[in-house]
Amino acid sequence: MNLHNALIVFRKELRDMLRDKRTIRSMIIIPVIAFPLLFLVVGWAASKFAGQATKEASTIMVQGGDDSPQVLDALRSASDIQIVPYQPDARQEVSDKKIRAAVEIPEGFQASVSGGHAEQVAIDYFADDMKSELAKERLQKFFDDYRDRLAREALAARGLSPGLLEPFSVKTANVAAPSKVGAAIFGGWIPYMIIILSFTGAMYPAMDLTAGEKERGTMETILSSPVARTDLVIGKFLMVVLASVVTSILSLISMGVSFAWSKRAFLRGSEIQMSIDPSAVAAVVVLLLPLAVLFAAVLLAVALLAKSYREAQTYVSPLVFVVIMPAVIGVMPGVELNWKTAFIPILNTSLVSKDVIGGNYHWALMAAVFGMTCAYAAIAIAAAVRMFNREDVLFRV
Amino acid sequence: MIESRELGKVFKDKKRGEIRAVDSVTFTCKPGEIYGLLGANGAGKTTTLRMLATILSPTSGSATVAGFDVVRQSTEVRAHIGFLSTATALYDRLTAAETVQYFGRLHGLDDATIDRRMAEIFKALDMEEFRDRRCAKLSTGMKQKVSIARTLVHDPPVMIFDEPTNGLDVMTARAITDFISQCRSRGKTVIFSTHVMTEAEKLCDRIGIIHAGRLRAEGRLDELRSQFRQNSLEEVFVAVCGDGQ
Repeated sequence: MNLHNALIVFRKELRDMLRDKRTIRSMIIIPVIAFPLLFLVVGWAASKFAGQATKEASTIMVQGGDDSPQVLDALRSASDIQIVPYQPDARQEVSDKKIRAAVEIPEGFQASVSGGHAEQVAIDYFADDMKSELAKERLQKFFDDYRDRLAREALAARGLSPGLLEPFSVKTANVAAPSKVGAAIFGGWIPYMIIILSFTGAMYPAMDLTAGEKERGTMETILSSPVARTDLVIGKFLMVVLASVVTSILSLISMGVSFAWSKRAFLRGSEIQMSIDPSAVAAVVVLLLPLAVLFAAVLLAVALLAKSYREAQTYVSPLVFVVIMPAVIGVMPGVELNWKTAFIPILNTSLVSKDVIGGNYHWALMAAVFGMTCAYAAIAIAAAVRMFNREDVLFRV
Repeated sequence: MIESRELGKVFKDKKRGEIRAVDSVTFTCKPGEIYGLLGANGAGKTTTLRMLATILSPTSGSATVAGFDVVRQSTEVRAHIGFLSTATALYDRLTAAETVQYFGRLHGLDDATIDRRMAEIFKALDMEEFRDRRCAKLSTGMKQKVSIARTLVHDPPVMIFDEPTNGLDVMTARAITDFISQCRSRGKTVIFSTHVMTEAEKLCDRIGIIHAGRLRAEGRLDELRSQFRQNSLEEVFVAVCGDGQ
């Protein structure tokens, strides 16, 4: 290999790529524009709708209760509940989402509760509908409070301590570091995003520099120059790796900035701290480097098989699923890094990155994952070089 | 100097089995001479020239170009040839000057030499006006000039042209044929393939007629005419190739 010649090829490919609007779009504009937009829209929508739901009173219907005026009055005066006149099809109205919930107060409720007889209040609601769930919670809280008040009054009337109601209390405390809480929720998705983006970032240039070059008829031109085919592949390969790394780093920065920006909107009032250590992110980028190399080499070798850019797309698109699958499995809870998963490409990097972002550094496993991915990458580079030396691949008809 | 000895190429095809594209082709092309490889489409012209340019490697026989073996010294061979065909396109997003510069660098020339060579060539081919225009924006004739400049930047002693006028209009084709004869007058070894008889008659010192991968006849134009007792090259061509079908 002659690095000097490979670099001549690399510099030319870089100049060529930078002048291509399609590259600029896929490599720079999409990650830089897409993430802030995504976070902005999602963040705005989430806070807007969630805020609206908690602000407005829940519309409910009450069945019965005519002989329990105290309960009804208390319900009417609750600020977060609005009672509309009862209709016989109340249940249907709940499932049609016309009202949020329906309450059934049994006959003689107030009288029997005062007499110490247990009665049952029924609430109909629509599970998983945010506004209906909210109405249900409000009603539950209302009746819980009402029950507590009745119990206290009953105890007081008998001269007993209200403490009897609650002989002891339970308090929970979180001991996990804030970064680990954030990592569990969010950390798995960072390597996932970088893995996908480093693949898609490499896709376009890899196809353009191989099948695209065949299609435009420049392959024969460059092959008739003294540059050795190995140097030619290495030059192109360096370009694809660069595109891959630039795309993922730009996306990462863009993601980080837009996340920090919309964080307040997302987590207002939440106790979860979503801070992620920048040095962990840097470690993840290093761990992902050999993966970008692997992607670049595989993409070059596969795309070279095609005669045209379009044909290359049909070969490369299925590979996206091959990449997404292990990356998604890595995000799933319960899948952990061990001496078995450390050997599965892509999945191992996804898992090790999740650990690192969570603040867990298993040095031996990290080294193993890095080493394995480097080995896979080396095999892929050798395969790409071999492909470029095959006449039947270069001149497929 | 180009020397081809029993040069052969067999392609393996899944459906059709082995295809003998070029079969024992032997010829010599000397400096200051234009050798024309004449043949119908699919006769084996392109494969022969690609083997001489080391883009394909032969499956049998051997060849030397400018004294270097096409298999063992392929890099040296490529450093001593200028290869031009209608299939050798240019990079759309590079300018004319950048294209020539890129190939100059790949030939291992330093920037000062490249600049000097480029100035000479651009002046000779009247290319100054579009030197900084991207190749995508150039007319076919201009592109052809850039291609010529690319093949000349390292001043190669051997020129290989594969159907260089194919698909070009009369004026552009004429510029190419003029350029080919200039190469001869500068003492370069020139080989070119064509299926246009008039072009071959006008340019070539010696002609080889290739048919179904084999060199069927070879010689000077007058030799071929008298050997086959025909008046024109076209008649000779038909006499040589017609019998096999």
